[in-house]
Amino acid sequence: MASHYEAPIRRPLVTGDKGYHDVTVDIAAPVEGRANKQWWIVFTIALVAFLWGIGCIIYTISTGIGTWGLNKTVNWAWDITNFVWWVGIGHAGTLISAVLLLFRQKWRMAINRSAEAMTIFSVVQAGLFPIIHMGRPWLAYWVLPIPNQFGSLWVNFNSPLLWDVFAISTYLSVSLVFWWTGLLPDFAMIRDRAVKPFQKKIYSLLSFGWSGRAKDWQRFEEVSLVLAGLATPLVLSVHTIVSFDFATSVIPGWHTTIFPPYFVAGAIFSGFAMVNTLLIIMRKVCHLEDYITVQHIELMNIVIMITGSIVGCAYITELFIAWYSGVEYEQYAFLNRATGPYWWAYWAMMSCNVFSPQFMWFKKLRTSIMFSFFISIIVNIGMWFERFVIIVTSLHRDYLPSSWTMFSPTFVDIGIFIGTIGFFFVLFLLYSRTFPVIAQAEVKSILKSSGSKYKKLRDAGKPLYEINKIGAVKETAAKVEEPAVEEADEKVSNLLGTLGTFDASTDTADDLKKVKGIGPLMEKTLNGIGIFTFAQVSRMTEKEYDLLDSITGSFPGRAQRDDWAGQANKLNNK
Amino acid sequence: MASKVIQAYYTDDDVLMHAVKKVKAAKHHIEEVYCPFPVHGLDKAMGLAPTRIAITSFMYGCVGLTVAIVMMNYIMISDWPQDIGGKPSFSYIENMPAFVPIMFELTVFFAAHLMVITFYLRSRLWPFKNAENPDPRTTDDHFVMEIEVHGNESELKDLLLDTGAVEINVSEKNSH
Repeated sequence: MASHYEAPIRRPLVTGDKGYHDVTVDIAAPVEGRANKQWWIVFTIALVAFLWGIGCIIYTISTGIGTWGLNKTVNWAWDITNFVWWVGIGHAGTLISAVLLLFRQKWRMAINRSAEAMTIFSVVQAGLFPIIHMGRPWLAYWVLPIPNQFGSLWVNFNSPLLWDVFAISTYLSVSLVFWWTGLLPDFAMIRDRAVKPFQKKIYSLLSFGWSGRAKDWQRFEEVSLVLAGLATPLVLSVHTIVSFDFATSVIPGWHTTIFPPYFVAGAIFSGFAMVNTLLIIMRKVCHLEDYITVQHIELMNIVIMITGSIVGCAYITELFIAWYSGVEYEQYAFLNRATGPYWWAYWAMMSCNVFSPQFMWFKKLRTSIMFSFFISIIVNIGMWFERFVIIVTSLHRDYLPSSWTMFSPTFVDIGIFIGTIGFFFVLFLLYSRTFPVIAQAEVKSILKSSGSKYKKLRDAGKPLYEINKIGAVKETAAKVEEPAVEEADEKVSNLLGTLGTFDASTDTADDLKKVKGIGPLMEKTLNGIGIFTFAQVSRMTEKEYDLLDSITGSFPGRAQRDDWAGQANKLNNK
Repeated sequence: MASKVIQAYYTDDDVLMHAVKKVKAAKHHIEEVYCPFPVHGLDKAMGLAPTRIAITSFMYGCVGLTVAIVMMNYIMISDWPQDIGGKPSFSYIENMPAFVPIMFELTVFFAAHLMVITFYLRSRLWPFKNAENPDPRTTDDHFVMEIEVHGNESELKDLLLDTGAVEINVSEKNSH
């Protein structure tokens, strides 16, 4: 069909000659399989870090913010640095799933699920910091505009900090429903493959009863498109508003109109770096190299290169504007950043964020997996330093030289930061074992245009499908059939004689699958014989079991072992 | 009410599309098609009406914008006007630039969440809802076309086999 056409020059996005069923099997494999040793090792490390972080948070809240390294000059440091760092990382997920959807970039489909998971988990980490910093987190609801016992005491809607509350909570909740809606068909796939009843129950619950009707898909696609349209300005607004926290103040080095676009570019930059960090490991551990190909990594590297260069332009623009403005305070703030006591932080930021992504101009480097992983870590470090430089170096030399000071973090500052990294990885590792980590329904929809199997067929001039008249008619389900063989017929009537017959007009059929050991196939067989209710099954004795085995010819002795009659008796009395 | 339906299984989206067109051309009513992934153009081929969910989203967005304006006007202008940073709160329109971020955020919040809730309710999706796809393979690689039988079973069977169905199943179905 013409709709599946894609220019032959495009490299396949799904390699390994996959068909629809192969995609299902590959994506379900990490969920259905067992965790390996490495997973447990990494999970344990993350969990320990997380618990350490919880300890530090409890210490902070019970003792006070004085446990941190803040002082009267540097009164905002690691907490807000970590907050902005995590929010920034959280930008790539929505960018990949929303902006790339609007641009119809098919390569997003292999990475959007995990990128969105990363978004949600990192925004959760970000949200922790303002709440801890409140000192009394149980009063966190005071940031909401709700009527209260203090008369006309309202929150201040002129404050960027309050805008942040609305922006971050809207962003978190909209990302969550966007993610979940996309997950429904994939949870349904795992549900329908699940063998164990517990898994089946859990994934039925998570999939919200997704059935995949044509109308559902039509709405699903429309909802995805509209959510992408809404999420795109939303994601830009979030980091814009985060930058307002600084830009609307009068601190030299913060009071900069370039902040919103500069922060957004930096956020996309750090977010893609984190996606690369996570997915380079995940494609290996979960054996998804056919879906997250080197091409995907290369494309993300290009985004990192471009946004890194935008960030570099912003750094240089800041310096230029500081000089050009003629404001001495502004000039000093930037001179101090580059040559003052925090020069090492400034140059760490410059080299990690501006110089290191420039290696991606070389095809050999940006298609090297090891090198991409290395750069992604470097960028993550660099972007943390960017926020540290903006926040601490602007504060530590204030207007009054007598109060000039340095900042040194305490073990609590460090512990909380390490704790959020641990928490993030705990969530991500749990996600990678229980969620379909690739949007398999979406990947299937591009398989014919971008899968290597179909590309090869197209190149060879062969049709992508053939209409074969090989169908077989099955008349099963709820129809009582006349068994083909006379002898079987006699056995059936014998069996039904003791079990009692089912009369569709007076009795209602039970869901026999509830009996352990009866699957959909066995239920069909039983229905075919004329057994529909628990009452009938509960009357079975050894004789009937044998009779049943001789009729069905499958799983001899199974019914007796599982004690169908006993189970059915219980179910019948419910 | 139980009715008799015929279910034709397909394993390819293109074959399915051809089959849908053929069945429609033969003037049969397609009850339902279950797919493992979105098949583009299927809704049109089946004759489904376009979805209006984007329109609801627009309306919800308007509600959100209104809520934001009414709330901030009440809180910042009428209930307790303050002079913040030398900018007194005399009228909403004069102070509006500071209110734009929240007006935007609440518009998005309402438009996104209420649309998704509408989608879930209209498509009958919620926790503890039982799935209604006729076969577990329809979330893997099988497509099922469901047509109600009105005494034309053998005619339908021949037609469906002709379209490349890999399996045909006749069953009684209880409508929910």
